[in-house]
Amino acid sequence: MRTLEQTLEEILTLTSQHFRIPRAELSPDDDFFKKLGIDSLQALDLLTRLERHFGVELPDYELQGVSDFRTLARRIHDRAG
Amino acid sequence: MTAYQGQTLSWELRAGVLEVWLHRPPCNEIGSQTLEELERLADTVAEQAENWVGIVIASRLPAGFSAGADLRELYQRMQPLPVEERQRGVRDFLERIHRALLLLDTAPVPVLAAVHGVCFGGGFELALVADVMVADVTARFCFPELRLGLIPGFGGIPRLKREVGNGLVRDLLLTGRSLNATRAHQLGLVSQLVAEGRAFEAARRTAEHLGRFDRTTVASAKAFLKPVPYAELRGEIELFCELFARPAVEEGLRRFVENTSPLPYLP
Repeated sequence: MRTLEQTLEEILTLTSQHFRIPRAELSPDDDFFKKLGIDSLQALDLLTRLERHFGVELPDYELQGVSDFRTLARRIHDRAG
Repeated sequence: MTAYQGQTLSWELRAGVLEVWLHRPPCNEIGSQTLEELERLADTVAEQAENWVGIVIASRLPAGFSAGADLRELYQRMQPLPVEERQRGVRDFLERIHRALLLLDTAPVPVLAAVHGVCFGGGFELALVADVMVADVTARFCFPELRLGLIPGFGGIPRLKREVGNGLVRDLLLTGRSLNATRAHQLGLVSQLVAEGRAFEAARRTAEHLGRFDRTTVASAKAFLKPVPYAELRGEIELFCELFARPAVEEGLRRFVENTSPLPYLP
């Protein structure tokens, strides 16, 4: 089972690959909407990819108020079996 | 007419399969123009489909299949109207779209939905008239209506109940959460899950395959396998109209229209 830190690192790596941003430019406490400049549909697309990668379901309401990678990792980690 | 180029959707009959393409930017929101063209499609299906092999409905837009009802149009049109006229207008819209979707639901040939990206609200309800749901791995399904103080009004609740267990129906409706295609496939809502960008081709090949079988048998089997929940569909219209009369709905629509959140589609 992944640790929270592993989950966080994988999120940052996936985000880097999907949005073609160098991994070194992403940090755990970045506001991902501001950093990535994404809209709601792109956010849903990222959510889909993260769910598939981690094999979890992350209800959308869990994302209310979540804007940084570290908190997102916590939410995903909590849902992992 | 086996070819039509509309403002919001188009279709063409190719080798016995009617290919229906949704193409109203940004994400096939279903407003008055789309309704008119869906009605035209439904009438064409009712008149001609028995000569076809199948129907495939897909979207040309990268954002997805459909984000649902055009809430901005609804909000803007209701503003100058007194309450009674708003009610009449909404009921009229519902009656018309129910008629169109029912004709698609009961078409004498298989209907396949080829879904990618966002498939929300009324868009999800359109996909649910299909006999076979083919989705690529980017698809997400959602009924977000509760945050507007409403329920799905295009027949989504009775049709979703045909597909999956009631517990999941309650979860999706009461939470308004979206379901990814992989999970939807595991739960039986999506019957064929394909790679990104491949839903239409897979649906098209499936429709062609279905053309090998005796059409009368296919039509009879379809009607037997997929009963139409007429009473529940009527009940949904009545409940929607009752809820729409509440001031909370106008407030919910206003919030949606004025929303600057990066995640307006989320509950």
